[in-house]
Amino acid sequence: MPRRFGAGAVQRNETMQDNLNRPTAKTPMAKREERLAWGLLAPTLISVALVVVLPLVAIFWISFKPIELADLRPPTPIVKEALRGSAEKLRIEYRLRNSSRSEAIRDVKIVDELPAEVTLREPLPQSCALDGRQLTCSFERLEPGHNEKIIFPVTADNEDAAEEIVESSEPQVTGTADNILTNFEFTLENFARVFDGSQFISVLGVTLFYTVFGTIGALVVGLFAALLLDKSFRGQGILRGLYLFPYVAPVIAVAFSWLILFDPFSGSANALLIQMGVTDEAINFFGDRPLALIMVTVFEIWRYFPLSFLFILARMQSIDSEMYEAADMDGASPFQKFWYLSIPQLLGILSVLFLLRFIWTFNKFDDIFLLTGGNAGTRTLTVSVYEEAFAISNIGAGAAVAVVIFMCLVAFSLFFFRFISQEEGL
Amino acid sequence: MIKLRRKAITSIFVGLVWTFVAATITAIALSFATGLPYKPDMVWIVIGGALTGFFVTHSRLAALASGVALAIAGMLGFGIVTSGDAAAVLTNSFTHLLSATIAVGGTYAITKVAPKGALSRHEFEEIIIRLLTAIGYVFFTAIVLIPFYVMVMTSFKNQSELVQNPLDFSLDLSKGWGLFRSYVELFADFNFGIYLANSMVISILTVFITLAFSIPGAYAVARLRFSGQAAFSRSILLIYMVPMIVLALPIYIAFSLTGLRNSIFGIILIYPVTTIPVALYMLQGYFRGLPGEIEEAGLMDGLSRLAVIWKITLPLSLPAIASVSLYVFMIAWNEFLLAFMLLDDPSKFTLTRGIASLNSSEIPRQHLMAGAVIATVPIMALFLGLERFMTKGLTAGSVKG
Repeated sequence: MPRRFGAGAVQRNETMQDNLNRPTAKTPMAKREERLAWGLLAPTLISVALVVVLPLVAIFWISFKPIELADLRPPTPIVKEALRGSAEKLRIEYRLRNSSRSEAIRDVKIVDELPAEVTLREPLPQSCALDGRQLTCSFERLEPGHNEKIIFPVTADNEDAAEEIVESSEPQVTGTADNILTNFEFTLENFARVFDGSQFISVLGVTLFYTVFGTIGALVVGLFAALLLDKSFRGQGILRGLYLFPYVAPVIAVAFSWLILFDPFSGSANALLIQMGVTDEAINFFGDRPLALIMVTVFEIWRYFPLSFLFILARMQSIDSEMYEAADMDGASPFQKFWYLSIPQLLGILSVLFLLRFIWTFNKFDDIFLLTGGNAGTRTLTVSVYEEAFAISNIGAGAAVAVVIFMCLVAFSLFFFRFISQEEGL
Repeated sequence: MIKLRRKAITSIFVGLVWTFVAATITAIALSFATGLPYKPDMVWIVIGGALTGFFVTHSRLAALASGVALAIAGMLGFGIVTSGDAAAVLTNSFTHLLSATIAVGGTYAITKVAPKGALSRHEFEEIIIRLLTAIGYVFFTAIVLIPFYVMVMTSFKNQSELVQNPLDFSLDLSKGWGLFRSYVELFADFNFGIYLANSMVISILTVFITLAFSIPGAYAVARLRFSGQAAFSRSILLIYMVPMIVLALPIYIAFSLTGLRNSIFGIILIYPVTTIPVALYMLQGYFRGLPGEIEEAGLMDGLSRLAVIWKITLPLSLPAIASVSLYVFMIAWNEFLLAFMLLDDPSKFTLTRGIASLNSSEIPRQHLMAGAVIATVPIMALFLGLERFMTKGLTAGSVKG
């Protein structure tokens, strides 16, 4: 362990505990080092705080809000100006409208320039005032769905030209409204919705099936692939590269390839199975329960076995070969060597992989969303977030599902990090 | 059990299994290549496989003879693979020769390691392992290649060909450049040139921003001592346990309210943050492995810390930076969820978002697959060209999915 400059005889791998317990005798140099460290980390910390921590806080806030997709456009007063009629009936019309049908808008103010080409014929309505050529109208409150015309009868010399001039100047309008995102109206309805009835149980069941079998499947398949390539022969490098393809390719490309390959009407897989006499009629791989769930799990295994394969292979190649030689001397058979020597050596990496892949499979959204859209009994928690928030436009309910996901993850992490801290490597 | 472990019996078993595999892969491969209805014939697989297994144990000559016999039997109509089209003599002979060669050659190669007579447990397991290994190679290569094969070949087809025979992936070379019609249409009518450029710009910028943020951070975590260092290097891992879908919803809301949605700028704000923790984690691992003495020598000679990072640490860690860059590029290039949620305006799509927009019943499938190929080829080319770095990057950072 090399000593670092400025740290005196203190070794690097001290824990935070030691640092805290040490009396305040920090040398100026150590202080400077600490400042530099935080300075170097600042950009990362700020960006992560903005994009990860802030949204996490926000999602908790939103999950208690009765908010729909449409509420993202805050209620605004809308004004349209037009010059209508002619001669006696010539008038400027302001059509004032509240964009929201549920929220009132307060302190609405319209400001517009009255062009010199037109002259007002009648006194202004009470709510309006003219200052020079500047016309100002104020309203205390616009009810939800409010819609009114404000009419100013005017005269003009050249009506056509005036129309153009009047309509070319956009009136400015301002107003304040309660934003559902920032007010203090809360509800528990979102969570009631999430936990309501059998839907939640089935979603949870699907998520667990997908996560557990996807993770274990990818590990087992990866282990087999690693066993195949754990010897040097010509073409080993090529095969290793080839077996990584599913993971490296964009998920959208491979997901659509699978959909087309397994299409019930014109997919090659069905044509092949019928031709070989395995099945009589086309199988709807991604449309039937429970086959669809099995298929998305198989897809998950297919796509992520390369990852476990890579890790397991790396670990295998670092196992001491002398151990196998000794076992050979003792007359161990190949299966015995695998079971009694390799597996115990691989147990560490396998468990680390299991924990991490478990969490990541649990988090997975893209794959199922692209393959089935969560239909045919493949709706996981992550797909539920999207479905609630965007398909049903109930952002609050989507956020509530997201909170449930996050809580599950916190639980997993607390559980897993106890184990991971004992493992090496990752 | 001991009695069963004789070479002859084991060979027959291997012959049966491997002949079945050989017939199946020949049938599938030829079906996919030509579209003709090939299928394995179970009756002749059992008979031919058992005989093959029986004969290959005797001598190389017997193996050769059984191979020839299997091929001739095939041509006479008793093949382990049958094609519906009996008239085409030339292709049929080729089919039977191929399947017989794979079946007999494989069986021979698998069983030749053991001597005749009774087998020790060691020899018996050796044969079984060789059989499983051979099946494994075939299986893995097939499952990896078939989806990509379907993707590429479908993009060269047209609608009527696809509906007529979904298995026919043979290329009609007489069409010449006409084969690339889907690609031409994607670039001409569907803006794929813009999407490609967008994806490229976004991915490259993401790489640079990620490096600019994560290199100093990783250095601080790896080399400098500050209170909270241990907790910090731990919590980096925690950050990328947070699922994107949970973050995507508030980000969508924030971007909607601020007008950043539907802009490439907004995407560039978000993408690097999703990759910075991974990059930081990978780099700090590498920095820790660098010898500290060189940096100390630099400090002694009067360089500042930042100068040390720039002049000593960075040049030493170029391979790691290459790995991290490739890995980050891959994540940004393949990213789908955020692009899908945040981009609605077709002129600002990334490739993945563009492909998603092709997934409608009005757009023919060969276009969808051509889009998939366009997105896959650049990342594959990078991967194959720089496999060494990529593999290292994957191993170091790919706890992230």
